[in-house]
Order: sequence, then structure tokens, then C-alpha cells
Amino acid sequence: MSGEHDELPVAARVRRLEERLIAAGLATDAELDDILERVFTSASPVNGARMVARAWKDAGYRDRLLTDGNAAAAELGFGAGARGYLLTAVENTSAVHNMIVCTLCSCYPTALLGPSPSWYKSFAYRSRAVREPRAVLAEFGLELPDTTEIRVWDANSETRYLVLPLRAEGADEMDESDLAALVTRNGLIGTAVR
Amino acid sequence: MTKFAAGSRVRARAADPDGHTRLPRYARGHAGEVIEVRASWQLPDEAVRGVARTEPVYAVRFTAAELWGSGSHSVILDLWESYLEEAP
Repeated sequence: MSGEHDELPVAARVRRLEERLIAAGLATDAELDDILERVFTSASPVNGARMVARAWKDAGYRDRLLTDGNAAAAELGFGAGARGYLLTAVENTSAVHNMIVCTLCSCYPTALLGPSPSWYKSFAYRSRAVREPRAVLAEFGLELPDTTEIRVWDANSETRYLVLPLRAEGADEMDESDLAALVTRNGLIGTAVR
Repeated sequence: MTKFAAGSRVRARAADPDGHTRLPRYARGHAGEVIEVRASWQLPDEAVRGVARTEPVYAVRFTAAELWGSGSHSVILDLWESYLEEAP
């Protein structure tokens, strides 16, 4: 972590919370370090992007992803990161656009999308995504036709969502790693086309 | 057997519980349609008190018109069985 974080009030609050957990015997320093290490070294939108690219290339994988997200994540080696929740992939089509939000807090499949952006945790996004998603998407530069149906998935429970964006044009001629490079974190949240 | 199935019309309970809940306020009192039975998970309202009570959880689709009185989108929430009542 950078030096500036140490100066933030929230850093002091987190340190005090850690000390209380350790003093109460609920966690050890080593356990906390292990979790943070895993989050910061392996959690990345590159993982979700690889799943999307595979689904674009392989119809069988696409079907498995839409039926059982956890198994599809495990197939590419992300099973451990996607443990502890029900992973559900929602597919964008020419008629339907999906986006994800957690109105109650900031639930999100970190292992596959990377640490969540600050706007995802903001009151503005969390309240407006369910109320006026079309206006929110327009602010992200995503103008959808009026005929596109928008579905907003509120991750208020043990389900975590990943958006399967619209298949890139020319996907047949591209290899999987080039396709994965087209997919962004916002695409996986549903605030970008891909 | 679960109380509801895909296609069931349900209404989120309007009551404001005393303690913790994962039923967002914006959905309370509103009607929607079950699109899928998710799984059975511990009810957060009880788990927070140390009581392990497992209940079916349903993915419920609400229209924007129902939730807000306007809009053409829909919002899907996962709701525990005791958050819901039948909406004939």
C-alpha cells in the first residue's frame, strides 16, 4: 500500500478494527495478511475477461457459464476465488442489457472483477442504478437504444453477478487472449458495452 | 418443497423490521414475479443474532413502474421466503 493511505482516517479505523479482532482471538495477523495477499495479487478483471473471451469462442463454455457460474470459473482455475457465493452470469443481447449493483453495501465478485471501483460503492451509484439506470449508463458514455430492455441485478444476497457482454464483432477471427483484452471491468459490471 | 416457484406472483413484506435485514426498503410492499429459486441460505435477520435458520431464497423481478411509478427497466432482487407473501 502507498504511504498516503497511512494518513487517511479510514486507515487508522481499519488498524483499530484489526487490533480488536486479533485481541478477541477472532483472527490472527497472518490470516489477515493471507487474505489481503490473495485479494491484491490474484483478484483482477483479467480473470472475468478470460471467462468472457472463452464464452465468446466456445458455445459449450457459454452454456456452462450461464447455467453454473461457479463451475465455469473453476474450469479456468478461478474456483477458489469464486468460493462462498453463487456466481451468476447474465448475458447481454441485442435486446437486453444487464447491469449490477449492490444497493445495501458493495457486494461484487472481487476475484473475477478485481477490487471494486470507488463509484461502485458510492451512494449515488447505489441509489440511482435501480431508479434511473438509463441515465446512469448515459453518464458512463453508454447510450442504449430506447428499445433495449435494461435489467438491474441487485446483489443483496449470496448471489454475485458477472455480466457477459455482447460478443465482439470479428470474434471468430480473433484468438482468445486478444478477445480478453477487449473486455473491461466496467463491461463486466454492465456500465460499458464490453 | 418451496412455497413459491418460477412464475409465482409475490409481494415483499411492507413491515420495517427492528433489526438487521437484507430486504431493501425500496422493494417493501411491492409486487413482483419469481424468476428462479436460487438456493437455501441462512436468514440474515436471524444469523446476525447467532440463530442459524435456513430458508429458500428467490430471485424476484420487479418492474420499474411497480417500484417507482415510472420507467421501463426491471430490478431483480434475491429475497428470503419470509420476506415474501403471495400476491394473487
